Amino acid sequence: MSGERVIYMDNNATSQVAPEVVAAMLPFFAERYGNPSSMHNFGGQVAAKVDAARAQVAELLGASPEEIVFTSCGTESDNTAISSALASQPGKRHIVTTRVEHPAVLNTCQSLATQGYDVTFLKVDRQGNLDLEALAEAIREDTALVSVMWANNETGVVFPAEEIAEICAAKGVLFHTDAVQAVGKVPMNLSNTAISMLALSGHKLHAPKGIGVLYVRKGTPFVPFMKGGHQEHGRRAGTENVPYIIGMGAAAQLAAQYLEEENTRVRALRDRLEAGLLEVEATMVNGDLERRLPNTSSVSFEYVEGESILLHLSSQGICASSGSACTSGSLEPSHVLRAMGVPFTAAHGSIRFSLSIYNTDEDVDHVLEHMPGIIEQLRTMSPFWSKYQQTKCATPGYVEP
Amino acid sequence: MWEYTDKVKKYFTEPVNVGEVENPDGVGEVGSLACGDALKLTFKLGEDGKIADAKFQTFGCASAIASSSALTELVKGMTLEEAEKLTNKDIADFLGGLPKEKMHCSVMGEEALQAAIRNYRGLEPLPQAEGEVVCQCFGVTDQEIEKVARTNDLHSVEEITNYTKAGGGCGECVDKIQAILDRVWETTPKPVEVTPPAAKKKPLTNIQKMKLIEETLEREVRPALKADGGDIELIDIDGDNVLVSLRGRCSSCAASAATLGQFVQSKLREFVSDDLKVQEVKP
Repeated sequence: MSGERVIYMDNNATSQVAPEVVAAMLPFFAERYGNPSSMHNFGGQVAAKVDAARAQVAELLGASPEEIVFTSCGTESDNTAISSALASQPGKRHIVTTRVEHPAVLNTCQSLATQGYDVTFLKVDRQGNLDLEALAEAIREDTALVSVMWANNETGVVFPAEEIAEICAAKGVLFHTDAVQAVGKVPMNLSNTAISMLALSGHKLHAPKGIGVLYVRKGTPFVPFMKGGHQEHGRRAGTENVPYIIGMGAAAQLAAQYLEEENTRVRALRDRLEAGLLEVEATMVNGDLERRLPNTSSVSFEYVEGESILLHLSSQGICASSGSACTSGSLEPSHVLRAMGVPFTAAHGSIRFSLSIYNTDEDVDHVLEHMPGIIEQLRTMSPFWSKYQQTKCATPGYVEP
Repeated sequence: MWEYTDKVKKYFTEPVNVGEVENPDGVGEVGSLACGDALKLTFKLGEDGKIADAKFQTFGCASAIASSSALTELVKGMTLEEAEKLTNKDIADFLGGLPKEKMHCSVMGEEALQAAIRNYRGLEPLPQAEGEVVCQCFGVTDQEIEKVARTNDLHSVEEITNYTKAGGGCGECVDKIQAILDRVWETTPKPVEVTPPAAKKKPLTNIQKMKLIEETLEREVRPALKADGGDIELIDIDGDNVLVSLRGRCSSCAASAATLGQFVQSKLREFVSDDLKVQEVKP
């Protein structure tokens, strides 16, 4: 690592905390440290600020403040939604979800499947899209919950959460969506939808790590996950993480402001980056090009391995992610790319770039300047690349994939 | 992020001996695109019988590339007898160590070298020719697991996964890996008492040959297959052609079918006659 410039394009992993957010949080550590539950004014003033933050988050989502529950992270929000749906409907033991969920939902459901619950994991097609008819057909009498992410963290593919919510509502089934990647990038007004519960995470939208939100629609049966005190109107016990809640509120306000920029300037940066990367031979984009987050691009460089690419990128100060086996922490490539049927030649060489409002044209130039050389160097070394080149030459009328 | 030593980083960013040796004497290819890493090793012998040049092509992560490059540096100047003794540990040590989850990269280097030496000697590449495939996801045999366990003093399934990937896919073979480890460590030292039949090199009468084939299948082959839920039946013996039929799980399992014929054949050649050919017939 040169130690100079950092080109951060890994915002689906975590994002820079906005300076405005830090500034909003700071007084709540050493100065305004009161407990919002206290009877004295010192604590009561803090409670008012927590309520203001709740209103900011509600505003971003198009919800009422009473529908907002602060949690410790997106994963806690997802776990709460799933466990609440099961606990509040004891007779119903079936869950519908997808194969491409974030581990917060996927592993929770897999674990439930070993505890006597029945889980349907819906397939996706080659573009990463769901078949909504199959989803409707999967819903049964004993279905307690449908849990489908709003946008995929690896490919950025956006599912029609509002439409799925309608399908579920028509069948009288609760619908939860993990919207951790969608909030701040996809316009939403939850009051106009039938979504029962929604999870979001602060650190994906320029708040710090350690704060999440669960939206619980008015009238949704609810059983808390964390049991104890009466905080969060009895829906999430534990003393409020006040500085982080304040930060979450400030970040929500910023996200509402930046929503348009995400969908215009950031999208244009992503598109230019992607077009430039596709000029490298034997590359492809993973996921539906139209139904996609504006900031995310998952590009596969065939016949090379993702970790090697990431380390070379890292030495140029560029931060990205990969769905390769070596980086997934397991020995197999990303479950999302496998569910989509991305061939192994491409899955191991997939790189995810996820941009934010803090990225610039110069950042994109920098990546496009270094990427072709990195891929070429690794391909020179790859036994499959020389084989691929030979096949290509030996095949008359060969067309670039 | 992995903790790589400076030497791993150096051999990753500036690998030496990349490419293919022209007119190589030995070529070893291991791994696959599906597995996420693969290595092609080529070497050429000098007039003194020592490895004069060695080059590699690798698809894989930083530690796979560094291990491959390290391997080529290590083997240059070695005789084949010396090279044969090189283990994955030597490669890892040369690099100042590898993260434990990445030890399989060094094992891939050792396997490529073994395969290249076998190729030079006109033999089948190692992993496909011997042993029973235990891990179907990554095609790892019991012999590979046993060898890596002994070389590196491995006692847990997790360690075996780190070194060979076996058990790291669907996880169905975890119990079998544990059984192999139990066998290796609880009954060690267990020199496999193979007393080659005295009659082996003598010309056999047809009756003797049939009897010996039956005995060998019973003793050497059937238990291994049964452990895997399968079985084998001797259908006919036509000269040196041994016709067998696979039963149960073996017959429907594509991964083991490819290696099974070779496994049965190698056992029959070892105990009966070098000229035998095994053919599978459908029941």
